[in-house]
Amino acid sequence: MAVIIQKDTKILIQGFTGKMGTFHAEEMIKYGSNVVGGVTPGKGGQKHLDRPVFNTVKDAVQETGATASILFVPPAFAADSAMEAADAGIKTCVAIVDGIPSHDMIRIKRYMRRYSRKEKMTLVGPNCAGIISPGKSMLGIMPGHIYKEGRVGIISRSGTLGYEAAQQLKNLNIGVSTSVGIGGDPINGSSFRDIIEKFETDDETDVILMIGEIGGPQEVAAGEFAKENMKKPIIGYIAGLTAPKGRVMGHAGAIVSAYGESAVEKVELLKECGVTISKNPSVMGETVKEVLDRK
Amino acid sequence: MDIHEYQAKEILSSFGVTIPRGGIVYSPETAENKAREIGGSKWVVKAQIHSGARGKAGGVIVCNSPLEVAQATDKLLGKKLVTIQTGPEGKIVNRIYIEEATDIEKELYLGLVFDRSSESIMVVASTEGGMSVEEIAKEKPETIIRSKIEVAVGIQNFQARELAFGLGIEPELIRRASETIIGCAKAFSELDATMVEVNPLVISKQKQILALDCKMSFDNNAMFRRDKVSELRDKTQEDEKEVYASDRGLNYVSLEGNIGNIINGAGLAMASMDMIKLAGGEPANFLDVGGGATPEKIVKAFRLITMDKKVKVILVNIFAGINRCDWVAEGIVQALEKIEVKVPLVIRLAGTNVEKGNKILQDSKLNYIEANTLEDAANKAVAALK
Repeated sequence: MAVIIQKDTKILIQGFTGKMGTFHAEEMIKYGSNVVGGVTPGKGGQKHLDRPVFNTVKDAVQETGATASILFVPPAFAADSAMEAADAGIKTCVAIVDGIPSHDMIRIKRYMRRYSRKEKMTLVGPNCAGIISPGKSMLGIMPGHIYKEGRVGIISRSGTLGYEAAQQLKNLNIGVSTSVGIGGDPINGSSFRDIIEKFETDDETDVILMIGEIGGPQEVAAGEFAKENMKKPIIGYIAGLTAPKGRVMGHAGAIVSAYGESAVEKVELLKECGVTISKNPSVMGETVKEVLDRK
Repeated sequence: MDIHEYQAKEILSSFGVTIPRGGIVYSPETAENKAREIGGSKWVVKAQIHSGARGKAGGVIVCNSPLEVAQATDKLLGKKLVTIQTGPEGKIVNRIYIEEATDIEKELYLGLVFDRSSESIMVVASTEGGMSVEEIAKEKPETIIRSKIEVAVGIQNFQARELAFGLGIEPELIRRASETIIGCAKAFSELDATMVEVNPLVISKQKQILALDCKMSFDNNAMFRRDKVSELRDKTQEDEKEVYASDRGLNYVSLEGNIGNIINGAGLAMASMDMIKLAGGEPANFLDVGGGATPEKIVKAFRLITMDKKVKVILVNIFAGINRCDWVAEGIVQALEKIEVKVPLVIRLAGTNVEKGNKILQDSKLNYIEANTLEDAANKAVAALK
């Protein structure tokens, strides 16, 4: 079983009838994802892409038995939609949207503390590419065809840099078990640590490629966790060697503000945790291959 | 988004923080009157730019008469002030804040930031005000005290009290100190701030607790619901090219090097810049045209990069996913029919339909250097400098 999503996972699109929601729902359906319907408040009862539209996530879950959702709603309403999903019993929610205020993200995470660990929704994102388990299901906006089926788990803050890695692996005839884009914001629904922990117990994943960047404590926290708790090898790359201190590099979370947040410092700290570092972004695939060959 | 000191003071004052009397002026003529209006016998004339360390750069002048206030204002207005934070080009002084001088007994530090590890708001305080928080952390780390605010309920009185006692503040001033800390925390939460810093927070000889210098930054993503805050943006304090970019929906950061970049996605952009550095070059900018890399964005990106006179080579690196390379290539060809590029151009396409994309570029009249991998692109860009 793949981590997080399976071939038959029932998926809802929140913000179904909008332009973004429609386009990416079509792409997901084409890929073979089991999209069972969507939610657009006020449009309940209609059909869209041959699938039912619901007014609330609760209605949609009751009717379809969906356990996953993906958000294509504007940033101002994203927090509300994520909490609605959590409350309706959705187990996995991917927030693609870029531009959610940090204060809202904290509120979502605090809200989710009302659920027990077993009932708690896994939130991935925001500002991310989503999740794909090649050959099974895509709950995201990535170009599905660049991912070959295989046994490498990828976690990346950046969307396009994650694609770059998948392409490099494919060129070396190496496939991916699951790729998770956790997003470029300062506060994420799921951290590197949360996802590597899932990969560790995944019988379809042999090694993990972790693609980080400047800013925040997440990569190092994952490295420290791995050092104590994990057996599967981790390959890492940290983008942003040339980023000046105190400047936001595109991603709201890509800003160096404290010790341990620059690319050089993160690389050093990760090495100490036993992570194999890809020396530049052009050899992420080759570095994974070297580690696989050693196994 | 950053704002000026005087704007931060006005905001914090509305949240119950005491600030010295003062006022803003835009000309030396009004400065003299403003000083009289404020009253007292000693004033501080402070250049308003988006930077700390203004004092050391000569941007803060103590004056003993309204005439001196006018002279100091005249000296600073319209000048570029270079501080350790502004970079060598400095920042223009268009506004002057005149403030009554304070008799300082004790200088403290008070700051609030987002703590990404605990995903909460962290209050940081120290008895060593006047120094930057980095300096305090390095030289007097034992003086730093912290308190985490639970965002769901906001700061509690006991937390403010603990901080105030922790700073060694005398009992009769604890209440005022707590109110000051709570005011800052409320401003942070209610206005979508990402940083509030009062440095120094002073205890005056008259036993007042005053915010002597203030800084606030806000979450750009929350500006849609903060009309009053977004009105405080001062574009004269931002890099001209960065303003041009942000007005056109591009993510751009101006840097010191000479290789211009046009890339889709923030992570890939940083990675490409890393490759340039490893190949022995220096990037002139960070530019993310967005994951989709639409033709409109590519046109805007070329306009922006060609505005930058220090750019000697342009590197385009697009990973086309959902948007195929052939479509992106057509966008590039169209963009370059409209914009003249006089420097060498290196283009690397990757992803969906890469062969078709490269064929379109080859068949066009475009004068460019084709690259295949990230590394190849960076090497060719650096080689093209010579």
